[in-house]
Amino acid sequence: MSRMRRWFRSYFLTELIRGLRITWAHLRKRKVTVQYPEEKTPQSPRFRGLHALRRYPNGEERCIACKLCEAVCPAAAITIEAGPREKDGTRRTTRYEIDMFKCIYCGFCEESCPVDSIVETRIFDYHFEKRGDNILTKEQLLAIGDRYEAMIAEDRAKDAKYR
Amino acid sequence: MISIEVDGRKIEAEEGSMIIEVADANGITIPRFCYHKKLSIAANCRMCLVEVEGVKKPLPACATPISDGMVVKTQSDLAEGGQKSVMEFLLINHPLDCPICDQGGECELQDLAMGYGRDVSRFCEGKRAVVDKDIGPLIETEMTRCIHCTRCVRFGREIAGIREMGATGRGEHMEITTFIEKSVDSEVSGNIIDLCPVGALTAKPSRYRARAWEMTQYDSVSPHDCIGANLHVHTHRNMVIRVVPKENEAVNEVWLSDRDRYSYEAVTMRDNDNRRLQEPMLKVNGEWQTTDWETALDKVASKLNMIAQTDGAEHIGAISSPSATTEEMYLLQKLIRGLGSNNIDHRIRISDYSMQDNESLFPELSIELSELEALDACLLVGSDLRKDQPLAALRVRKATRHGQIAIINARKVYNNFNVLHEIEATPADWLQQVAGVAKYLLDEAMASEDISADGLGYEGLDELLAKVSVEQSHINIAKMLQKAEKSGVVLGLSALEFSHAATLRMLCRAIAGLSGATFGIMTHGGNSAGAYLAGAIPHRGPGGADVEEGGQTAQQMLAEGKKAFILLKTEISKEAVNAEQAKASLQASEFVVALTSYTDDEAFDYADVILPIATFLESPGSYVNVNGHWQDFNACVQAPGQAKPAWKVLRVMGNLLELKNFDYVSAQDVMQEVKGRMGAVGDRIKARWQCPESLPTDGQCPEPLNIYQVDCWTRRAKALQKSALAAGKEGLKRPKLSPFHNILGGV
Repeated sequence: MSRMRRWFRSYFLTELIRGLRITWAHLRKRKVTVQYPEEKTPQSPRFRGLHALRRYPNGEERCIACKLCEAVCPAAAITIEAGPREKDGTRRTTRYEIDMFKCIYCGFCEESCPVDSIVETRIFDYHFEKRGDNILTKEQLLAIGDRYEAMIAEDRAKDAKYR
Repeated sequence: MISIEVDGRKIEAEEGSMIIEVADANGITIPRFCYHKKLSIAANCRMCLVEVEGVKKPLPACATPISDGMVVKTQSDLAEGGQKSVMEFLLINHPLDCPICDQGGECELQDLAMGYGRDVSRFCEGKRAVVDKDIGPLIETEMTRCIHCTRCVRFGREIAGIREMGATGRGEHMEITTFIEKSVDSEVSGNIIDLCPVGALTAKPSRYRARAWEMTQYDSVSPHDCIGANLHVHTHRNMVIRVVPKENEAVNEVWLSDRDRYSYEAVTMRDNDNRRLQEPMLKVNGEWQTTDWETALDKVASKLNMIAQTDGAEHIGAISSPSATTEEMYLLQKLIRGLGSNNIDHRIRISDYSMQDNESLFPELSIELSELEALDACLLVGSDLRKDQPLAALRVRKATRHGQIAIINARKVYNNFNVLHEIEATPADWLQQVAGVAKYLLDEAMASEDISADGLGYEGLDELLAKVSVEQSHINIAKMLQKAEKSGVVLGLSALEFSHAATLRMLCRAIAGLSGATFGIMTHGGNSAGAYLAGAIPHRGPGGADVEEGGQTAQQMLAEGKKAFILLKTEISKEAVNAEQAKASLQASEFVVALTSYTDDEAFDYADVILPIATFLESPGSYVNVNGHWQDFNACVQAPGQAKPAWKVLRVMGNLLELKNFDYVSAQDVMQEVKGRMGAVGDRIKARWQCPESLPTDGQCPEPLNIYQVDCWTRRAKALQKSALAAGKEGLKRPKLSPFHNILGGV
């Protein structure tokens, strides 16, 4: 009996048909593969990616050098030096650096910031080409902030009611 | 002693003490803002409210004296309720700008608000804001943060003796301010920064530089005066951020003078500052060139060897700053004496060295600093205590609460304490005035005991004083000293710089001896005592050891000129008494090697080799203060570039000159060796009476150094140089105190 069944199966290629049925079924299903980098997966406004330093609408940098982010950083990735700004004597950082190799993207810096200056943006796809590039300087961080301010502001607004 | 109960603990305590003192002594924490153990009680912050059984309302612990059987509760609902309400009131007008406040992280208000503050303020009206004051280059103000504890006001009134800060207005309009829109110019003004419990008064030079939690604390000792104030040095990333006092009741209590507090600015290089010398420098054909240590030290060794062999070692002289460490001075004298010369000195501001063999092992105060405040009578001769040793002036000021002060000086000084008898002599007349006091005391002593001056141990004094006329002012001072139970005669820097200093000193010794007072000398620099002990003097070796043939003193060396000079941490023409002559002599010298930390050192004008050395915060060492207390310390930060601690440089120099026993591994080794030399001193060296030959009337007083020009560090401290005292402005004349000021709580 079993021999008959085996001959029948192999003669009529039933396994092939069964396999093809799965193929055809999946051919018609909705696709989940994302064509990165042309396409991107949806992100939460709370996504913690590349850091940025923000400015106020009038162009003034927000950071007041309170050093809370430096203190709270569990990976000691942030280095700040501060002093009175020459122009007006206000409290400002003279050096603000984040070592992106040390950073663990916990978001504590953002959490601790009393003026919403240091933020983690949605940007996650960035790379470094030279040794030393991993240390983001104050100028670079401010430039990131300037460039993505619209997105950053929108994300903060969305999250504001849960804070 | 009576017994009280605090939080269920039975405590024995002195009657008359306040609850807060008893609690502090027994480790029970009571929150407070206005109370400070060194200041009078104001009881105006109300934060220390506690419950006392049998009293309906909470009482302020700082102003409630204890009574027998008192039961105090610091944690009860009534007490905590009171404290929380007070905190709420305090926070009404406080800006809560902790993120930009320098006090953030070490703020008493911030700490206590964590325990006693509400999480959300109920106050939604407008907050008060106060205009900031500019009170000088040392202290930054942010008066909106002030909680009116009046500690700064009380400090000025009670401790510093100048009422610089005061409160104007009442209630909502109360403001702490300087009285007449002036800067705070006191020489101890920086202490109000430590006293301020909030961020209203903060240090200006270190403004915004670092947070309390990221700094590392090292202990050190101040090199600027012979008190040897203990310092806490706060560093961050190998940079000194600030200096605060380290509590030491025997030395500086809890205070620091501004000089001790801000001189670190000469150490810290900031904002592309290139004042610090980082490489050895060599003069080649009249041009300065940088070089390496090996070349520079080889040059020094070969040149010194050559001069020692061809001309003789006596043509080499070494001059040290009186603020160099004991180890450095010891090695310098060992080096010079190893070469075969005794020409070493640190007394660059002294011109009269006669009778130096009859002096004690080192110039000392002979009473503890803390005993200064217990003196019933004190005669200050040639001392501008307030500028020379500001912290000693605070002690003497305390003595005026019960004691009397007299001054005989050759110029006008402005003290921060009340002086009962003051004689302002001319330099020419100075000796006569001091002699008048001595004569009265001698006559009294001879008459009462019916013996001669010789019998009293003051051989020849009666003949010396025969022609001196005794005036009423002399008698007043003499009687003041005689009557007092504890009395002291203290010589200041002007007395040492006087052209007949030795005669003056002997007369003062006689005055002290005849009136039963102690005799003390306040010396130059931070380590004059250490210099004597280490042997950085031409007439005695380390530990007072005899030397075969005394060398030349600093003035002799500079007057006569030497083939070679070694200069340690000193800029002769800015520090020595005969500056012009000194500089000329250095310029004429064949070979000068200077150990300095700075590129703007005047040695570039006359030296041939300049070696970069570490400053006082970058090198280990020890200072001996005017009481003879050894205080050793370690380096707080690393010296920049190739600069090395001076003791290392001198040690290698010793090796290159092939001198014996120059194999120290650490500065401690050197210190142990110096201390080992002390054992044999005993009574062999002590002050002995020697009668001066005459009382000359041609005395001269050199212009004293400005309070912020005393050494190479204070001269380069930027903030200090901007202050009114550096400019020599006498903005410090003490206002005449009202007859009521004692009643009002001031002293």
